Amino acid sequence: MTIEGRKITLHEMSLRDGMHAKRHQISIDQMIAIASAADEAGMPWIEVTHGDGLGGASVNYGFAAHTDVAYLSAVVPKMKSAKVSALLLPGIGTVDMLKEAIDCGISGVRVATHCTEADCAEQHITYAAKTGLDTVGFLMMSHRAGPDKLVEQALLMESYGANCVYCTDSAGHMLPDDVTARISAIRAALKPETELGFHGHHNLGMGIANSVAAVAAGANRIDGAIAGLGAGAGNAATELLVAVFERMGAVTGVDLFKIMDVAEDLVVPMMDRPIRVDRGSLVLGYAGVYSSFLLFAERAEKRYGVPARDLLLELGRRGMVGGQEDMIEDLALTMSRAASS
Amino acid sequence: MSSKLKAVIIGPGNIGTDLLMKMKRSEWVEPVWMVGIDPASEGLKRAVDMGVKACATGVDGILEHVIADDIRVAFDATSAYAHAENSRKLNELGVIMVDLTPAAIGPFCIPPVNLADHAKKLEMNVNMVTCGGQATIPMVAAVSRVQPVEYGEIVAAVSSRSVGPGTRKNIDEFTRTTASAIEKVGGAKRGKAIIIVNPAEPPLLMRDTVHVLTEGEPDQAAITESVKAMVAEVQTYVPGYKLVNGPVFDGRRVSIYLEVEGLGDFLPRYAGNLDIMTAAALRTAELFAKEAANGVVNLPARG
Repeated sequence: MTIEGRKITLHEMSLRDGMHAKRHQISIDQMIAIASAADEAGMPWIEVTHGDGLGGASVNYGFAAHTDVAYLSAVVPKMKSAKVSALLLPGIGTVDMLKEAIDCGISGVRVATHCTEADCAEQHITYAAKTGLDTVGFLMMSHRAGPDKLVEQALLMESYGANCVYCTDSAGHMLPDDVTARISAIRAALKPETELGFHGHHNLGMGIANSVAAVAAGANRIDGAIAGLGAGAGNAATELLVAVFERMGAVTGVDLFKIMDVAEDLVVPMMDRPIRVDRGSLVLGYAGVYSSFLLFAERAEKRYGVPARDLLLELGRRGMVGGQEDMIEDLALTMSRAASS
Repeated sequence: MSSKLKAVIIGPGNIGTDLLMKMKRSEWVEPVWMVGIDPASEGLKRAVDMGVKACATGVDGILEHVIADDIRVAFDATSAYAHAENSRKLNELGVIMVDLTPAAIGPFCIPPVNLADHAKKLEMNVNMVTCGGQATIPMVAAVSRVQPVEYGEIVAAVSSRSVGPGTRKNIDEFTRTTASAIEKVGGAKRGKAIIIVNPAEPPLLMRDTVHVLTEGEPDQAAITESVKAMVAEVQTYVPGYKLVNGPVFDGRRVSIYLEVEGLGDFLPRYAGNLDIMTAAALRTAELFAKEAANGVVNLPARG
């Protein structure tokens, strides 16, 4: 497999996916410091939003320390060359919220649906594309759809106006061969000018390997999070991606030493706990469960005495999708009642 | 003279067909016409098979029959865009409009919360909010009738197979309309709505979660009693409505976990979202019919 000479656009996730791991409590100062340092290191794209996207602030997902508008309007003006994107999940966020984010100066939006429900994103993708934003269709939990289904859904997003489509391994469940099959099938189906991306989680330790497989199969945009700060065992760590791609002769334009300093000096010290493949996140990856369920399952374990592992396994069996955090407490109540009767 | 109100259903899709099946069993409302815009549509054929007249030329095609057939109530299951004109034309002829689209030009109607008020006032256009709203707003109201609710949030999870192209194309209308009704009917100072489409096979039953933040400490005993009473109210017209867990109390948070199983009339039983809309719409028309029969209200005069 050679990816020598390939140009890769990295997209920084620590200030959006990392919000899950920080219970959405990253401060505005931390956002500015990390985004500015990543900008300085040459990171082309940085995502800044509540972990569950625009409008994610809720009882169900957690209220962030600040509004999306406050975060975005603090970070965007500080960027010298990096562009800022927002995440939007139709059903949670609306076009109205996207308009507010546009007023804050975002350059791109990633519109995310479960991998089989792309047609819920038509309203948002169409609007974003019309305004000239970099418009990305983001197919979450992509392990739940085979290559053919994923191609069909990617084509829908492209038809609405997305200039880039992502295969998103929200559960960190995929293995490199799964990535290769999906990315190469989508690449063959999309228009040549439509970009293709991959978003990995490290729950099975495959974040970097999967990202490399994605590039080899034709993806040119890759998500990473500095020091891995993201949901579950975190995203593919940005500094690792930069080092590995450099060793393989691919070009990211990101300065390895600067980005590893951001990881070590800014991001690691603010972690609530080490982001690593621990028991809970390993179960996410093994069972194919949405990564942001992890902390909710651990809280439910504390309150109701049902092991987080049992909860996560059962949520996987029941086919829960991203956004169904409410079903964690519900299941814990049901299981604790069954255990005591 | 029969006291049944004669009805027309506009829109022969999933909702319209399910509504027709329920209406055939009603003691108070009698379906007479199904209105569509495509003579070849499956929905119109189904309606004819079920013994009602089919009109394939839209609402304009039905207007001349309104007086002759004594049509008194119309159910609009088309789209928000078409609804305003449909309503204007039929209201002019004295037909009460029950709006199942997200147009919401009339007041929101959540039967156990405010239907009685609408019927007494003979509102000529009532809006049935959304499936998620019908499933959850009774619970928000069950809390807000005990003590003030600062914030009400609902999460509706529906099976992919039960969500039609109209809802998908306009998913923002679901969140906007539902959030607004959480405030206006549910009694929360601020409302938020989330919808999740789940493609699991076999399809999952509709699940709905209600989170409210009360002002001050929640009165646990009173809220629990109120919620249980409200669940029983909804069960009178949606038998598959079930309190799975809760109310859970956590500081000022009160969470209520619900499941809605449909009657399986047109779509299978997992599509409780479809069922609760059509059942609520029919219940609405039935109360109007009862109030008219009892002389509480007078239907618009006809010569």
